[in-house]
This record gives sequence, structure tokens and C-alpha cells, in this order.
Amino acid sequence: MQFKSQVLSNIEVSPGYFRMRMTAPTSVLEATPGQFVMVRVSCAIDPLLRRPFGIYDMGRFFTPYTDCGHQTFLEILYKVVGQGTGMLADLHQGDHLDIIAPLGKGFDLGVEEEEKILIGGGVGLAPLYLLARELVKSQKVRLFAGGRTKEDLLCITEFERLGVETYVATDDGTLGDRGLVTQVMMKHLAAHSSPKRLYACGPLPMLRAVAGIAEEMQVPCQVSLEAFMACGMGACLGCVVKGVNHSAETPDYRCVCKDGPVFDSTDLSWSN
Amino acid sequence: MEQKISRPNLAVEIAGIRLRNPVMTASGTFGYGREFADYMDLESIGAMITKGLSLKPKAGNPTPRIVETPGGMLNAIGLQNVGIEAFISSKLPFLRTINTPVIVNLYGNTLEEYGELAARIDGIAEIAGIEVNISCPNVKQGGIVFGTDPVAAAQVVALVRKATSKPLIVKLSPNVTDICVMARACVDAGAEALSLINTLTGMAIDLSSRRPVLANVTGGLSGPAIKPVALRMVWQVAKAVKVPLIGIGGVMNAKDALEFMLAGATAIQVGTANFLTPSASQDIARGMERWLYDNGVKDVREIIGALRS
Repeated sequence: MQFKSQVLSNIEVSPGYFRMRMTAPTSVLEATPGQFVMVRVSCAIDPLLRRPFGIYDMGRFFTPYTDCGHQTFLEILYKVVGQGTGMLADLHQGDHLDIIAPLGKGFDLGVEEEEKILIGGGVGLAPLYLLARELVKSQKVRLFAGGRTKEDLLCITEFERLGVETYVATDDGTLGDRGLVTQVMMKHLAAHSSPKRLYACGPLPMLRAVAGIAEEMQVPCQVSLEAFMACGMGACLGCVVKGVNHSAETPDYRCVCKDGPVFDSTDLSWSN
Repeated sequence: MEQKISRPNLAVEIAGIRLRNPVMTASGTFGYGREFADYMDLESIGAMITKGLSLKPKAGNPTPRIVETPGGMLNAIGLQNVGIEAFISSKLPFLRTINTPVIVNLYGNTLEEYGELAARIDGIAEIAGIEVNISCPNVKQGGIVFGTDPVAAAQVVALVRKATSKPLIVKLSPNVTDICVMARACVDAGAEALSLINTLTGMAIDLSSRRPVLANVTGGLSGPAIKPVALRMVWQVAKAVKVPLIGIGGVMNAKDALEFMLAGATAIQVGTANFLTPSASQDIARGMERWLYDNGVKDVREIIGALRS
């Protein structure tokens, strides 16, 4: 669905990272964790294309200004990386956006008997928050968050507030363990043999490592990918990734926007 | 007192295909139609043109395949498509239920493949016409080779003409010295209409890595950035040939569409705009009607080639 939205707040939560809350129609609440939105930052032709963002949070709040007494909102968590996100960071309460949402295929929530393990790298933590919010209702959830430095670790308190047990690692040791978050996660997996399910979002090397660990330990694993895309609805074919059956003779390309952004790690080809 | 409002006529005809309005969707920007059904009324536009179809399914190029540039985007998708057979068995049944002409965009690796493709769809009643793609800049074989050599282009067009009685449109590349030479060669070989322009070959470089952004190195530039070039080429070709033209290149709104018609186009195609606004083609058709009404023009055909000098 395409709709006009108003910025409700746009806060820098860590240097270079922003959390934006915006109005949305009530039907957006049918979105599942892992789905994304396409945001048109300006109505001018530069930047021309929409930008994709995972849904960080959504819900309703009380307001006396609507007939029903409440207003639906969406939240995104984004990192300023270029022109589009730079312009987004300059927006203020009351500014307008043009949004298409919800898009793509979200996470499979699995069964209650499994312990749920979330692995997020930097801004890849964004879609995991909405997922954690759903999962904590009925099972134990652990989050392994990694970043280059402590400033890349976003909204950890929000996860803790949900009751998620969090483990943190940074490349420079400024927060939590020094080193890769995947190693911290692997230690945990090795020590606890109960049934588990993994959910990962972050940079490609991290996802590749998680997929490898999942395969080795025979644990179901879903990954959420990021890609450049023009349309977000399966038309431009710009955002494809290689599926597990891909070869020069039998091409197997999947659209991140439509077949994903969430994939079973075993459905993708992880070779370079 | 109630006033009777008479709506302007928007219907036009291209190569014998009757369009309810001059708005078509450009190949490769509208999937196989179904992707856009949730966002717009597929029966509100003149025609749908499919993603370029080849004889065998085609994988397309490695990624990155797209990059944004000022006022436009570069793509090097490499004609990824399901192939003609899968199109007929899995995509066409849906399109059959939509009361809007479907034009198939066909692409061959060799001269013979163009002929085979045309023959394959000849007997399919639901396909209203063919747009022959001799202008894709992103594939190594065929494509642009046929699109930049007037002799080779004429051979392709003549072969397709022989293989089918379907209305025949040829899509021209702007990556030539004189587009009028190509236009005349295609018309002389049997093209009943021309669509122009396909994308302009370009490239983008990432300074920090000192590498090309696209895996294919070069890609096709589309979007508002190419509109002035497209307008100029439509205007030139309109003076060079007698067949109807379909203007393509950065059409974002009704105003752009009507400018192409003033330059000599009978219809237009909406491409990159579909990515930004999935209902763009419907919005443009409505906007055209409104402009005509507001300006007292009773028939859109009065605008075609009506550029004042």
C-alpha cells in the first residue's frame, strides 16, 4: 500500500544513527516482523529512488486529534550512509514522506518449544526488535549484538526492556566482549544443546558466518538481507541474490524485495 | 443549472492496436503486470508491454545491477526473464483476464531466434502485438548489435515480419550516431510503429574503491535525466518516417507525456516512474485527461506533432 505519512519524531540515537517515527494507516499493523518499507525522501527527482528500511517498531498511541482516538505509527532505525539517508536525517516533526509498506516476506516465528537466538550487526539490529517483541510473548529470546565500536550498538536497552537476554561484542572491545559476535554466539550454542532457531541481520560476512554455524550445528536459521533496489516489488530485478541451486547453466536468482528480505539460510548460495 | 461535461477523447491507435489512452508501460519496468495489480487498475491504461522475453530462460547479469545517478538510474539487469514458454504457460493466463492489450517485448541472441520467437506467439490471440527489442545495451550477444547497424536491424525486422502477422513495433536504441537512419531502415523492412528511446549507455564509478559500481561496468541510463535526449530524438524521427511513434524516456507525469506527443509521439511509455510510484501509469493517464479538459482540447490526437515553431 502506498500512503502519505508525517514524521512524528526523528532522533539521533547514536552518532550517525537515527530512529524515525512516522504516521501510518491502521492496516500497516498487519505487517509481520522482517517486512520492510520503501520511503521516498523527497518529491524532487534527486534522489530519484525510494530507500528500503526494515520495520523497527509499529503500534498505536493515544491522540485526541483523530476520530478513533488513536494514531498508528511505524518506526525505522537507519544509518546515514549517503544522500538519501542524509536528507532523511534532516527531516523534522511534521515533515511529509511518501511510503509503500509493508513489503516483502518476513520472519517465520517457528514453534514455542525452541529457544530463539537473534544475531544483529550494527543497523542490522533494526528488524530484529519487532521480531523480539513478538517472540518474547511465548519463549526465551537471546540477542547477540555486534558492532565495530559501542556506538554501532543500537537500542540494546529497548531489547532488554522486552526481557531479551543480551550479549554484546565489539571489534574494539569498547562494549562487551572484544571480537566477533558470531564467536560469542557459537560459544553459547556449544554450551546449550536445547532446540534453537536462529535469526540474523547484519553485514554479509556476519550472515555468511551465521549460516555456516547453523549448517554445522543443524539449527534452523533465517537471515534478513539488504540490497540496492529500485522498486521493492519484484519488477526491476535489481536486488537479486543467488539461490542455493545457482550455477551458470541453471540460474537461480531470488529477489531480496519479494522472495525475501528474509530467507532460510539453506535457500541461498553463500559462495563469494 | 446542471452542465454536461464532455470528456476528451484519449483513444489512439498504434499499428492497428486500439489503445484506450496513449499510456503504455515500458518493457522491464512493469514485471509481467501482476506485480502492479495491488497498486492500480490495470484496465486504466492503454497497453502493457512485458519484460523482454527470450527463447530460453535467461539468468541476467551478476550484481550490483542497478545504481542511482542524478535524476536517473543505471541498470544492467541483462534481460533476466522466464523465457517465452514459461511466459505463455504461467504469466499469460493472468494477463488474459485483464481487458488491456498485452504487447510482448521479444529479444533474440541470433537473427534466427527473433524469427522463432515471433512464430511462437503468432497464433496466440491474447497477444495484441510485438515490440522487437534490438536495443538492449546490457547483453553481449545480439541486442545492441542489431540496434546499431541499420542492415542488421532491417534483417531482424524483415524476418519477424515474415514470421508473424501481429502488429510489429520496433524499439530503437539512442546509442547511435543518427537515429533517423535506424528508424528508416526498420520502417522500410516492415515496422508498423517505432518506440524510442531505450536507455543511454552510461557508467558509474565508486571513487573509494576505484571500481565501476555495476558488475557489468556499463549500464543503461533511464529516468528524468534522459528526457531531453528522448524528446529530441522523437522530434527528429517524427520528421523522418510516417509510422506512429511511441515516446519513451523519463516520463514522470502527464506534462512529460504530452510533451512527447507534441514532439510527434502517438503514445508514450512509462518506465522508471513505475519503480517510484507503482500507480504512475494510471496517474499519468488521468492527468492527461485532466490537462486536455482544462485546456479545451477535445481529442488527444490534436496534440500529436502539434509543436509550434
